[in-house]
Amino acid sequence: MDIKVTVREGKGDCSVVDLSGEIDVYTSPKLKDAIGNLIDRGVYNLVINLEKVRYIDSTGLGVLIGGLKRVREHGGSVNLVCTNPQIKKIFDITGLVMIFGIFDSEDAAMKALV
Amino acid sequence: MNQSAPKAVAVDTVELRIPAKAEFVSIARLAISAVASRLQFSIEEIEDVKLAVSEALVNAIPRGGERADVICESLPDGLRIRVRNFGGPVQPETLDVSRVDESAAGSLGVFLIRALMDEVSYESHENGTDLVMFKRLPG
Repeated sequence: MDIKVTVREGKGDCSVVDLSGEIDVYTSPKLKDAIGNLIDRGVYNLVINLEKVRYIDSTGLGVLIGGLKRVREHGGSVNLVCTNPQIKKIFDITGLVMIFGIFDSEDAAMKALV
Repeated sequence: MNQSAPKAVAVDTVELRIPAKAEFVSIARLAISAVASRLQFSIEEIEDVKLAVSEALVNAIPRGGERADVICESLPDGLRIRVRNFGGPVQPETLDVSRVDESAAGSLGVFLIRALMDEVSYESHENGTDLVMFKRLPG
């Protein structure tokens, strides 16, 4: 099991992080590095696309929360793209829907940032 | 008068022993998924069980010990899963979502287990702690 992380430029000053695979205790450091590198380069508005993510656990959630916390210190934000009901359910029951912007499409997630 | 003894409940048990390393948690997920699929759980319920077992292992692994055991018992009314760590006690934790950050992932994990499973308890044993979870079959 692995995770694939791809970073590309989005509209305005935001970057899009495409994820596919499973985000768990073993794979989440790779995501943490990718988000950390973007923030270190001064990118504070992120769209993280979870459309191809089959699974996420608390360590993956922790990485997303850590990223959000860091970009907020610079006035930025993190919006998520997610339509997988099982993944959305995890954000719902943990209350993280109140912390992240969660959108059905990348366009909508990006528009809410720029 | 001849009284028959109560019938013993048939329990199918599957035991998995994995090294206490992060890279083996996905193997436990695959195994538990296969066990839960044999029962009448929905796909969503199987996903719940997978996540709960994974979270229990995420909680157990940093406590040390060389291995973690996952013991699954298929019961007539559901699935009981015991995640056994050999590295010391696991304390039940609570979550304050308003103060959540990356360091709170462990608390989030325990919160998820409690939310996704029907019963959760802790049992100490000589070398560590068992986290015992039960998922009831629908109907």
